[in-house]
Parts: sequence; structure tokens; C-alpha cells
Amino acid sequence: MNRFLRLIGRDVRLAFRQGSAMTLGLSFFVIVVVLFPLGVGPELAVLARIGPGVLWVAALLACLLTLDRMFQADYEDGSLDLLMTGSLPTEILVLAKVIAHWLTSVLPLIVIAPLLGMSLNLPGDGILALTAALLIGTPTLSLIGAVGAALTMGMRRGGVLLSLLVLPLYIPVLIFGVAAVDASMAQLSATPHLLLLGGASLGALVVGPLAAAAALRLSLS
Amino acid sequence: MSFVAQNLACQRADQLIFEDVSFSLSPGEAVWVKGRNGAGKSSLLRICARLLAPLRGQAAWHGEDIFKDYDGYIGDYHYLGHLDALKYALTVRENIDFWAEFHGIPDVASALDQFDLQALSDIPTGMLSQGQKKRTNLARLTASSAKLWILDEPLSALDLHYIALFKERLIRHLAEGGMALFATHQDLELEQVKILDLDDWAS
Repeated sequence: MNRFLRLIGRDVRLAFRQGSAMTLGLSFFVIVVVLFPLGVGPELAVLARIGPGVLWVAALLACLLTLDRMFQADYEDGSLDLLMTGSLPTEILVLAKVIAHWLTSVLPLIVIAPLLGMSLNLPGDGILALTAALLIGTPTLSLIGAVGAALTMGMRRGGVLLSLLVLPLYIPVLIFGVAAVDASMAQLSATPHLLLLGGASLGALVVGPLAAAAALRLSLS
Repeated sequence: MSFVAQNLACQRADQLIFEDVSFSLSPGEAVWVKGRNGAGKSSLLRICARLLAPLRGQAAWHGEDIFKDYDGYIGDYHYLGHLDALKYALTVRENIDFWAEFHGIPDVASALDQFDLQALSDIPTGMLSQGQKKRTNLARLTASSAKLWILDEPLSALDLHYIALFKERLIRHLAEGGMALFATHQDLELEQVKILDLDDWAS
């Protein structure tokens, strides 16, 4: 357990020191969302209608942008060899990397999302539902992404392949994430959608580390 | 306590690199893996570190197959590859601290001392020279309590002073009942060393 926490701690500290991964994803997210009112026009009703979808798609893409570094950095400098020969099972190792990725690359997006929601004229209920949906749904993104990151590790231009592999699997999260916000904006209950998102996250929690660990072993040999 | 490899064969990208490689190590022994470039020295070491699956053959630690008996071998060996495995944004001490804790060993100070790293300990490893990075790697190795050292080119970028220091440390490790499996281009001139020449198996 201690090793598990140390590994997460190291990755978070590295992200803070280097700064690039964190700020890159975050600024990408902000810029993409801000571009929409400029492109679509300033009609408030239209913005509120497309807002949830825009925020979710931008979050998916921003998450994707940072995924390929999840194992790549450790692979390139040889740290992954040492991690794999250590006593931490590879599945747990993957889970630690996923948690570190979520904390450093996804959590900042969720923190800033309410502000961007306001700029897209989302009502208070909608922003609340959006934040809840992001908190419950985004772990799936990191978990599924880990499988893609492990498969494409060591490939040149793996990032493009990673997008093709992972984005189709993000569709359910996108659908239920947007549905939760739409429901609460229509004064309906968002709970069923949030429960489905939670179910997807729990499912990914079981399958993701197992599949990513198998993919890591395959990529290393 | 022993490491026994029998009839190992290795294949990379549809090409047979070597086959029927056998050797054994008991406490206090060292094996020097020799061979021309591409003879499979690194592959052999990676197989012994369980980072690569052999095409054929077995390797056993305490008589247990290392590719099956998962727990017994972990923590008993330390692999040092030719990549330096250092995070350049972290200092020397933070790097070694992390790995010492990851492998469950608290004694970091003496490891830093052994390779004269105290003065460098608060410098980010990205600022170090190649030789200093190598010394940090060797400090990480000696900070581990591993019985079997698997070393891929441990001397590259080291100057004569630190080669002598490393040799001294290696001899002490062997005298304490440790084992070493290493690939180098230069002769370490150890007294008790078995030579495994991969060119003999070249196919």
C-alpha cells in the first residue's frame, strides 16, 4: 500500500515540477470551449443547448491529449523496467498510474468546468449536474485510456492510433454524461444517468487495470 | 541459493539470437557475459530479469522456475539496464529515496556516500553528467538488498576512479554471498569469474 501511494506521489510531484502536462491539457480544454461561442454566435439559447455536449467533448479530447504520456515517459527512461521488476503487481502499478493521471490531468478540468459552464450560459442546476457527471464519469476515461496507452507504448506516432482505439470506447460516457446535464436542465432527475456513469466507472475499474497490465507486458517484450 | 539457466533461447523479430545457453550461479560467484554487438547480451540479461520471455529453456531461482514462481524471485534481484531510469525533474536524493522505498530499503545515506553523491544530492538529475547519472544508478543498486545483481554495461561513462570503486563494491557484494551477472566490454579482472561467451553459440 505504501509503495502504491509512493508511486502516485512521485507522479503527482513530477507533474507539478514539469508543469507541462497539467497546463497543456487545461489550456487546451479552456481554448476549445471558448472557441465555440465565437464560432456559433452569441445567442444564449443556442449556447445553453449545445453547452453540455461541448464541455464533454472538450473534456474527452483534453484527456486524450495527456494519455499517451501515461507510460511513455517511464518506458523511455527505463523506469518502467524497474517498476515491472518490483514487488508491486503490474495491475496495481497500472492503477497507481491511472490515479496519478486522473489527479494531474483530469481533476483540473473538472475544477474549471463550472466556470466554463457559466460562460456557455448553463443554469445552476446544469452546472451542478455537469460537475457531478464529470466527477463520476471521468475515471472511466483514464482507466480505458490506460489500456490504449499501454498498447501504443513505444510506437512512434502512437498518439494518433491511441485516439482511434480509445475514442469509440468513450462514447457511452459521453452519451450519459451529456444526458445527465440535459435532464437536470429540463428539471428531470439526473440520478439514473449518474448511476449509469458510476456503473461504467466501476466496470472499467475491474477490466482496465487487468487489460492494461497484459498490454504492458506485451509491449515490453 | 542459486540461479540456474538451462538451454535458454532467444528470438527477436523472427531471428534466432542465441540458443542452448546454460549457466549457473551460486553465492559468491559472478558470470561475465561476453559477445560481439548484437550477440544477445542485453536480451539474455533481460530474460534473467524476467523482462523478456525466452523462446525456449528454463531459469530457476532456488530450484523454482522464475517464469512461474512469481513471488520468490522478486526483491532478490536488481536489474540495471543501460537506460538510466532517472526522473530528471527530481533531485538525486528524491530519485534514490523513491526507489529505496519502492524496494523496501531505508538505507539511502550510505548508498549516496559510497559513490560520493552527498554533494550532488540536491541537484536535479537532469543537470548531471553521464558519469554522475551512472553513479546515481550504482548507488540505487547498492541501496537495494538484492542478492543477484544483473548489470548491463555498468561501467559505461565511468572514469577509472569509479570503475575501481565499483569493482571494490562488487567484490564486497560477492564476498558477502551475493551473485552477479554482468555484461561489459572491458575486463573487470575479477578473480572468481565464469565467462559466458555468446559468440560460441552464434548461429
